[in-house]
Amino acid sequence: MIDAMLAEAWSALIANRLRSALTMLGMIIGVAAVILMLAIGGGVQKQVSSAISGLGSNLLIITAGSSKQGGFASGAGTGATLRLDDVDAIAHLKSVVAAAPTTQIPVQAVAGAANWATTVVGTTPAYFIVNDWRPDTGRAFSEMEDRAAGRVAILGHTAADKLFGANDPMGASVRVKGTSFTVIGIMATRGQGFGGVDRDDVIIVPLTTALRQLQGNAFRRSIRSISVGIDDADNLAPASERIAAVLRRVHHLEPGAPDDFTVNNLTAVTDTLSSTTAAISLLLAAIGSISLIVGGIGIMNIMLVSVTERTREIGIRMAIGASRAAVRLQFLLEALMLSLLGCGIGVGLGTGLATAASGAIGFDTSVTVSAVVTAFAVSASIGIFFGWYPATRAAKLSPIEALRS
Amino acid sequence: MTGNPILAPIPAPVLALSDVVKDYVGEAGTFRALHGVSMTVAHGELMAIMGPSGSGKSTLMNIIGCLDSPTTGIYRFEGTDTATLSERALARMRNSGIGFIFQSFNLLPRLSALGNVALPLVYLGLGKAEREAKAQALLAKVGLADKQRSRPAQLSGGQQQRVAVARALANAPKLLLADEPTGALDTKTGAEVLGLFKSLNREQRVTVVIVTHDPEVARATDRVVRIQDGRVFYDGPPTEAALYGHAEVAA
Repeated sequence: MIDAMLAEAWSALIANRLRSALTMLGMIIGVAAVILMLAIGGGVQKQVSSAISGLGSNLLIITAGSSKQGGFASGAGTGATLRLDDVDAIAHLKSVVAAAPTTQIPVQAVAGAANWATTVVGTTPAYFIVNDWRPDTGRAFSEMEDRAAGRVAILGHTAADKLFGANDPMGASVRVKGTSFTVIGIMATRGQGFGGVDRDDVIIVPLTTALRQLQGNAFRRSIRSISVGIDDADNLAPASERIAAVLRRVHHLEPGAPDDFTVNNLTAVTDTLSSTTAAISLLLAAIGSISLIVGGIGIMNIMLVSVTERTREIGIRMAIGASRAAVRLQFLLEALMLSLLGCGIGVGLGTGLATAASGAIGFDTSVTVSAVVTAFAVSASIGIFFGWYPATRAAKLSPIEALRS
Repeated sequence: MTGNPILAPIPAPVLALSDVVKDYVGEAGTFRALHGVSMTVAHGELMAIMGPSGSGKSTLMNIIGCLDSPTTGIYRFEGTDTATLSERALARMRNSGIGFIFQSFNLLPRLSALGNVALPLVYLGLGKAEREAKAQALLAKVGLADKQRSRPAQLSGGQQQRVAVARALANAPKLLLADEPTGALDTKTGAEVLGLFKSLNREQRVTVVIVTHDPEVARATDRVVRIQDGRVFYDGPPTEAALYGHAEVAA
């Protein structure tokens, strides 16, 4: 029975092509809007989360000093309380993948005739693991080179450009604060961080070399910060507590005394951004849903007209044995076909627009399977919901009255 | 077999009405369309129900066709009291118990001749192949084997009515119920359609009830029931007096 009814529903839609098309327009626009909005929303979310994971979402950064010392609130990183021994204590804790002590020194670097104001990062080979950032040309320095205070440097892309331009920096030397470093590698491009910081504008050198050659005597054994890589984002909080406990013990802090370090992670930033983008997507989808409801009302309207126009047909069908349920089913199928067809076209249109939009705004939009499945499920529900009343009205017609019309 | 129930050997007639009353409740009060109609139609009969407009013959036809139900009185179809049947069972009865033929053919314009004939089979729940095979055979039976794909609008009136007859026969009904089947046809094609009814009746023992006000149509049948003012006014052979409405009620 269903096969013949589907064929008839199709022929009914075809018989009124223009009207069917106009009726579907509401659904088409609604579905296209929802698909487009979800695609853009998803794209934004992906963009944000990839930007965040680029910063290191599994990263804890321990800075020296705390925001409060003896009632005097100073910025984090202002004290000189983190020491190299702390790194070893942290590196062996549970969930810790690697810990990289870093110190950052603003310098004026010179290479041949060129000079450039940049930042020297002194660190250990763990830095490359913790930040998941490695040289794409040449190599990283080794543990041995660090311990031996080797005068080797790896340039960030920006620093390499500014200092060497078109020349090959590999094997060349860079002078920083009177010390000459041999360039052994160029880091992969990393892009901007938050606030437009150019993360490629660095020179990375072994920590030991940096402490001995570039940092003032008073701070020889002290470092600015320790970057700690954690195995899983879920372990950030417990790991952060364990690190704090270990540092308090190593630093011999009395119970009740304030921390002389600060443990930061980026999850707070991540949470805020993802909840913001989720809210935006939701808003956009809500707007699309309103056009879907309007589309549904359009279907109900045209189905009511159709039932009135086809009263006689309904009478004939009843006279030759259509039960009320069969009449209802037929009109429901027509409403469903209108809404699903509209949905199909809407999905196509929305996907096309999303592709065009990703070209125009320069980031990936993604039409997900779940968005498409949801669109069809919602459209089917709309077809049934808004088709029910007209179909029931058709089914309730008296066959005699219907035949007489 | 005749219209005489005493001589008929078949236990249950196709249809039996006893004291059927039909009231219509409208704004102007209650209108009684049928004042206690009793009649029996046996298997294999070819008969006409006659009456001027407003006589109640359409109401009677609707009740016989299970499109309407009596206010009081009993209507039995093949021995079953139709008042006991559910909506679904009545639909099933219209589907395979009764074949309707209308004055204006009432074919569905979007469907081909084949599709129209197959429609009752759709509601019976048959599969596509079976429906099409049956519908093809039926169209061949009414002489339209070559018009399967034609839409009603592409067919002449006589052809359309023959498609309608094929549709009415689709589920091998116990009763063909025709409402002014020749009313929209010229004399010649009207006679052809009547001839079709007659041969179906004679050769395949199909029971045919024709509702008409046309004496020439009624003349072609074996029995005339004349309705006037909601009552059976005459029930007997198609005599001239019966056909032209001058006869009194026969005993």
